[in-house]
Amino acid sequence: MTPVPIQAPAVAGEALIDQFAAMLRIRRFEERIEKMRHAGEVIGSVHLCIGQEAIPVGARAALEQRDAVFSTYRGHGWALACGVPVEALFGELLGTRTGVNGGRGGSAYFTAAQYGFYGENSIVGAGAPIAAGAALAARYDDSGAVALTAFGEGAMNQGSVHEALNFAAAFDLGVIFVIENNRYSELTPTKNMVRDDELWKRAAAYAIPGVRVDGNDPGAMRDAVAEAAARARAGEGPTLIEAMTERLVGHYIGDGEAYREEGEVAAAREREPLVVARAALLADGVSAEDLDALEASVQAEVDAAADAALAAEPADTTTVREHLHA
Amino acid sequence: MPELNYVSAVNAALHRALEEFPETIAFGEDFAIPGGVFTASRGLHDRFGARVFDTPISEAAILGGAIGAALRGRRPVVEIMWVDFFLVALDQIVNQAANVRYVSQGELSAPLTVRTQQGVLPGSCAQHSQSLEAVFAHVPGLIVGLPATPQDAYDMLLSAIAADDPAVVIEHRSLYFGRRAPVSVDGPIAAVGGARVRVEGSDVTLVTWGAMLGAALEAASVLSQEGLSVEVIDARWLAPFDTATVTESVEKTGRLVIAHEANVSGGFGAEVAARIANEALWSLEAPIVRVGVPDLRIPAAPALQAAVVPGVDQIAAALRETAAVAA
Repeated sequence: MTPVPIQAPAVAGEALIDQFAAMLRIRRFEERIEKMRHAGEVIGSVHLCIGQEAIPVGARAALEQRDAVFSTYRGHGWALACGVPVEALFGELLGTRTGVNGGRGGSAYFTAAQYGFYGENSIVGAGAPIAAGAALAARYDDSGAVALTAFGEGAMNQGSVHEALNFAAAFDLGVIFVIENNRYSELTPTKNMVRDDELWKRAAAYAIPGVRVDGNDPGAMRDAVAEAAARARAGEGPTLIEAMTERLVGHYIGDGEAYREEGEVAAAREREPLVVARAALLADGVSAEDLDALEASVQAEVDAAADAALAAEPADTTTVREHLHA
Repeated sequence: MPELNYVSAVNAALHRALEEFPETIAFGEDFAIPGGVFTASRGLHDRFGARVFDTPISEAAILGGAIGAALRGRRPVVEIMWVDFFLVALDQIVNQAANVRYVSQGELSAPLTVRTQQGVLPGSCAQHSQSLEAVFAHVPGLIVGLPATPQDAYDMLLSAIAADDPAVVIEHRSLYFGRRAPVSVDGPIAAVGGARVRVEGSDVTLVTWGAMLGAALEAASVLSQEGLSVEVIDARWLAPFDTATVTESVEKTGRLVIAHEANVSGGFGAEVAARIANEALWSLEAPIVRVGVPDLRIPAAPALQAAVVPGVDQIAAALRETAAVAA
């Protein structure tokens, strides 16, 4: 008898099985996008988060609907973790009118505020001060909302992140700074670009808490963000979380990755979040059949969303001049 | 009607905005407790408390903070102390604020206002004297205004703050402590946009904005003694730019001089010239003349500055030059 598939929730909660499902949805989405890019259905530069799924899924599990999330161009996973519908995201990358921004954002700069996703950013460190501003707003509206800004570790060397960290620290703003440390600043090993590659330590310079966590473990991410969010909501200011992870793919689709060390990606595939989570679930007594059924159901969900997006009307060129001003 | 100088008019507008729009917050470097290096924000912190605060010397954090707060329901008014300092954080206004509404198809907006000031004053160095309005006017999605009078310092700032889009209001340091004038402070807040004909005339149209208005009016007065009737238009807003008012004037006069303190090449005067070439070419009886700082950096010594920054004499010469061309 076919087991009844476990439904993948739009936004993962506490349970590892939910988080596994949410990570799986992101993985299948990204894999399908890669195919669409190679098929010429998706046009333009695309940055996949394959291997890094545990960070957004774990982080979002510790946040609430009222909170604001800011990511970078490697942000498909963050959007899906916030509950942005898969079909609307496919549509955005395919340039359809059903895209979450009707095709105006594309892969690297879309936004979906109704899901608390205040957008990607194609400038690596630019989201950090904006997130500080979102947290500043919460000081005046009694919403108790916090802001989370996620960026690659390369952005830690961009001035805007420093300004944002100091601004948030000086004014006790409720910002959660998440470094997605995949060890490469685009194509360059980050360890060669800094004196000390333990970036979490920089928190001490701002007199704020800093922590390094296993970014391939959604539970560890959730716990770190939950602690930071509690502190933020209590008016105790920002936290710097360095989430260690590995990209299993290039910086962008088409990146030849000649800069990666021999065997590095193969080793990373042994400890990537889906592999680890599946093993943990099996060890917890979840049956392989249930997990296979879940995988099949997520695959079917993503395929159906992709098919719908591929069949959608292309972006509406007649409205391309609208919405420049109020 | 209170008698206000330009900077007091700015201050009055900030008071009114904070009073009238509860979602307004205001911040910048030396802005709250010191009251601003030019006193524009004096008294705001005492009156409005935590809604008005001082920031670190962090232009990206000031502008990014304003954007984030605007995305989440506030209506920030921030100060970038010198337009030259804007350059260290241009990303936040060009790549970020200007894109929000368009890319989100109107779902999000960033109703923030950035006040800054610019221009040459005797002794100001090359990094404290540029006129960069064309940089901002080149970016679709931004509102750009340059008030020239105490009344406009008040009115235009309020119009910018009330607008639901990112706005850059560029004041001129040389105007701050100028003559007091009666300023109407309780009127309705107008929508952004709209030039003003400051002096009517029939022989030559002279378009200007910001601090150059003073020199333009003086030059027009000199020329009127020489029998030339100059129509002086204060553009006020570069984005949106009131092309219709300039076109209408040129159709009447057939001659156009554009004067600004910015460098000539790529200055907004070039855009005005192009628009008039499109809209009123067959009305022109003489080539369009642009007056601005030649394509140089700005030196500090007052005598050197006087040799490059145009004033009454240069504008008057340009008016005579265009008037001398036979129809």
